[in-house]
Order: sequence, then structure tokens, then C-alpha cells
Amino acid sequence: MAIMTYIQAITSALREEMLRDEKVFVLGEDVGKKGGVFRATDGLYDEFGEYRVLDTPLSESAIAGVGIGAAMYGMRPVAEMQFADFILPAVNQIISEAAKIRYRSNNDWNVPMTIRAPYGGGVHGALYHSQSVEAIFANQPGLKIVMPSTPYDAKGLLKSAIRDNDPVLFFEHKRAYRLLKGEVPEEDYTLPIGKAEVKREGADITVITYGLCVHFALQAAEKLEKEGISTHILDLRTVYPLDKDSIIEAAKKTGKVLLITEDNKEGSIIGEVAAIIAENCLFDLDAPIKRLAGPDVPAMPYAPTMEKFFMINPEKCEKAMRDLAEF
Amino acid sequence: MKNRHEMLGMTDEQVLSIYEMMLLARRLDERMWLLNRSGKIPFVISCQGQEAAQVGASFALNREIDYIAPYYRDLGVVLSFGMTAKELMLSAFAKAEDPNSGGRQMPGHFGQKKNRILTGSSPVTTQVPHAVGVALASKMENKNFVSFVTLGEGSSNQGDFHEGLNFAGVHKLPVITMVENNKYAISVPMEKQIASENVSIRASSYGMPGVTVDGNDPLAVYEAVKQARNRAVNGEGPTLIEAVSYRLTAHSSDDDDKYREKDEVNEAKKQDAIVTFADYLRDVNVLNEEIIESINQKIMEIVNEATDYAESAAYADPEHALRYVYEE
Repeated sequence: MAIMTYIQAITSALREEMLRDEKVFVLGEDVGKKGGVFRATDGLYDEFGEYRVLDTPLSESAIAGVGIGAAMYGMRPVAEMQFADFILPAVNQIISEAAKIRYRSNNDWNVPMTIRAPYGGGVHGALYHSQSVEAIFANQPGLKIVMPSTPYDAKGLLKSAIRDNDPVLFFEHKRAYRLLKGEVPEEDYTLPIGKAEVKREGADITVITYGLCVHFALQAAEKLEKEGISTHILDLRTVYPLDKDSIIEAAKKTGKVLLITEDNKEGSIIGEVAAIIAENCLFDLDAPIKRLAGPDVPAMPYAPTMEKFFMINPEKCEKAMRDLAEF
Repeated sequence: MKNRHEMLGMTDEQVLSIYEMMLLARRLDERMWLLNRSGKIPFVISCQGQEAAQVGASFALNREIDYIAPYYRDLGVVLSFGMTAKELMLSAFAKAEDPNSGGRQMPGHFGQKKNRILTGSSPVTTQVPHAVGVALASKMENKNFVSFVTLGEGSSNQGDFHEGLNFAGVHKLPVITMVENNKYAISVPMEKQIASENVSIRASSYGMPGVTVDGNDPLAVYEAVKQARNRAVNGEGPTLIEAVSYRLTAHSSDDDDKYREKDEVNEAKKQDAIVTFADYLRDVNVLNEEIIESINQKIMEIVNEATDYAESAAYADPEHALRYVYEE
């Protein structure tokens, strides 16, 4: 096992998949010579050449659309959107095209494409370099949305995304890139898309979350353990389609559920998680389903005071978890 | 009368095939309108007036290896690439055997992998980047196929047109974009749609040649696409072609067409390539009344048979709506 940062895990997944399959190629803005603005594709241009690590014009719809065309032909494009906030010009290609191509062609055509994008705040990115955009895509059957929380998950899930025969949106928390380190196996491995994972076993309260918030919840759980509060933490990992069985099982385990997302509260992923629990776990619940999320303002402001106010952090998690435990 | 097709290196058989294909597209389209007006199919969107451009272009491509990303009026293109009249009627009737979508999409949303016809949607112009992506794959894999994509002149205002062409121009990709300028985007005429003098001039921003040709002349379109294909396979990159014709029907079976003068439509009908190309073929002694009659008879048999088959074919089971969201 090697210790890797989150972004090293991403780069190594890309590299290994490109070595394994000549059909795999990367395209996006600044992904080539520069190796990406976050350096996720560092070294790949030198190793694989211009056409497998393609610097595209600054046109997100073309990045997605050209990727879709290449994928329909039989390539396995991995498109990078420089920031998740900038995926919006490509939404027509992603929702009207990629998501629907298998369905609308009655299984004749398919789109084996991965779209990677860094999301999330806490990096002084202000309104347009901090957003969580998953909810925009999370009612679009045909898409899969993966949001891993650890280097190990990131590598295994990115490999699965690239090998998947349907389009996968792969959102990486940009603050996790260098903040998070973890053990990653030397040998080839993949992790299943569509499966949540218990990141911590506990008996008193259940936290269901994903992405960077998993770490905030884990830190809070450590503290609360000393107060005698035992926390069960489920990491969704795939936020669309949701792993309903794991959600129901985790909710029933303790009967007290806190859902956490960094996204704006109304209309976020966790609203659907709450609905699944409400439909299936009524008689197992000992408290109302609680949500901790970003406020319903357009996006995260730049000034550190307001950014901190918006962001989820371990302290906010700890308070919400303690309140629920005491309910 | 000058024999223009021989000068283009085309045989009599080839030009006769082009005429037959144009006529088949027209007769199928006309039948679909009849079926719509008699309440048998819900919707038609027409190729009428654009068959010459569609078939002329298709015959200049390599129909064994090239990929196409057609738009909704391209009955003549998909017929030329191997989709059958029966298959198109199955689509018109939304029957389970429809190879385009199994009855999931409206007619005109073409797609058939075995004939390298990329699947299309309703938001216009999304197919342009797809064709560029196929051309990128051709270049990456050192293949000798090209991609061919079509759209209307109104669609040339969409971002995907400009993003796609620029991408293709930067990387010198083997893609041919043909704008079928039929002078109307639903009700809005060309001059209220596009600020430039024509569509093809837009190519100059994207590092590729742009040519405007008479879309009522299948030989002119053939020549332009042939040259574009040669450029593409020689690594010289993409080409934009604007084929100008006229939309002879309303936008669709749900459009009343009251926004344009009948005189204008009647004037355009004088240029209808179904008539003018037949005149040319008569003039160069490729066509005579006997051949016309036998072609007509053959085509009507095909159209009748396709109609009867599709009408009596089965719909998909209701629960089939749940299939193929993801790989199964």
C-alpha cells in the first residue's frame, strides 16, 4: 500500500486506465501541456502524447459533445470540466444527449464517457469556483453521479467510471485534492458504482453524507465518542442513482438520522435520501430526519467570514449530531 | 445539353440511382403526410425540397465506412445510407421494430448503428460536436472514414455549431458540415435569422473553406461534398457546405404555414429538383418516359409495402418503457 493524496489517486487511475486501454483518452481545458489547473493530468501529456491528452478550445459544450461523439464511435473519453461551476454550458449535451442516447436508440448506441469536475468550496473560490452541482443532474436517468470521499475510493471508482459503458459524472472535492491522504493499493482494483459504504460503525445516531463532508462527520464522531455518543456513518459515494438498500439499512440501524451536504439545502441530494427513509423506515425512526446543508443562497461568497458561514465544517457537524443524539 | 455528370466522373447508373433515391424520399414523405392527415400517424416532419442536397451529398460520401449525424429532415440521407423505407415507416408508426428508437422517438429522429447513423435528438445542433468527436476518433485511430453532419440554417446560430466547427478547425478533423438552407426556421426567414450574407461565410472564423451551392442541384452538391471528402481524407481538415434550396411543405404536420406567401412557394416549386433533375436526365438521355414509369411503379410498390407492413406491425409492450436506461 502506498500513501497518496486524493489528486494523486485520480492521476494514477487515469494513467493506469490509459495504459490498460488505448481507447481511453483525456480531453479538456489545460489538461495537456499544463497537466490541468489542479494538475490532475500531470505527466500524462508527456507519456501519452497530444491526442490522448487533448487540450481543447475553451468550449465546455464541445468538450462534452465531442466526447459523446467519440464515445459513440467506441472510444472511452475522460472529459475534464475545469470547475464544476463551468459545466453549465455543457448541460444540454449531458442531459439531452449523453443521458438519453442508450434509451432513445433502444439500446443501439451508448456513451462510455466519464466527465470529471472539481466541485465544492472552502478554497476562497467564491460563487463560481465553489459550487456543488450534483443536484442539477440527479434526476436524469441514464446518468450516474459518483462523488468519492477518499483517495482509495477515488481511484477505484474512477477506474470503474472509465470502464462503465454508460456516462458517469465524477465530482471530486477540490479541497480534498491535497488535504486528504490515504492508503491506496499498488495493484489494479475497482469499486462498484452505485454502492454506498459504511465509513464508521455506530449505534446511537446515523449520519448519511458524501464527499468532503464524510471527513467532517468522521472528525465530529471522534469527539462525540468521548462523550459516549456512538455514530454510524454511511458514505453514499454514488449520489445518483442512490443505493436505497444501504440508506434504509443505515437509517434503521440507529433510528436517528442526520443527512449532510455542502450543497444548498432545498432540492439537494439529501432531500431524496430523506424521502427514501420516510417511505421505508417510519416505524424505525426515533427522531425527525434532520438535515445539515448550505444555506439557500445562490452560492458561496468570497469573503472569509461569509465563506465560513456557508461551508460545512466539523464543528457544525458535531453540534447537529449532538442535538440529534439528545433528541 | 452538356453532360455534367460525366464531367464529374459519374456514370449514368449513378445519376439514375440518385434520381431514384430522391424520388423514393419524396414519395415516402408524401405518403407520411397522407397517413397523418387521415389520422393514422401523429406527426410528420418533411424532407420535401431538400432531397437533391441530401442524396447528392450522400452519394459523394463513402457509404460503406463514413459516419453520418443527420438532422430531422434527412430522409434522403438515411435512405442513401441503407435505412429502408419499411424501417422509416415503422418509425412513422412508432412500432417496436423501428430501428431508430423502437418507437421511443418522434419520426425524423434518426439513428442506426449498423449503418453508422448516429442517434439524434430534438434540441437542434447537438449533433455537430458528435460528428466532430467521430472525426477526432478517425484521426486518433488513423482511419480513413470521415463524418458528415447536417443541420438547418437556423441551427447555425446555436453555440454547438460554432463550438463544434472551431474544435474541428483547430484540430483539422475529417468532418464535413452541410447546412441545408431551406430559407425558413419554422416561420422565421433567413434574413431575420442570420446577420451574415450567407451561412458558408461563417467557415472563415473556423479555419476551413465554406462554400455555398445550389441545393436544388444534386450534381453541384455532389461535387462540393466530393471535394470536401478528398480534403478530409488527405488530412486537410473540415469543410462547411451550405446547400440552398427551399422548404416546400410547412415546418411540420403541426404547422399551418400562414407566415409566407403562396406565390413564393409556387415560385420555389418551379425549382423543385424532383422535376428539374428529371429534366436534366432526359436531356442527357439517361431517362425516358418508359424508365420513369418503371421507377415510379417500383417506388410505389416499396412505399405501399412499407406502409402495410408498418401499419400492421406491433407496438412495444408498455413495460418496455423501463428498458435500456443503463446497460443491461
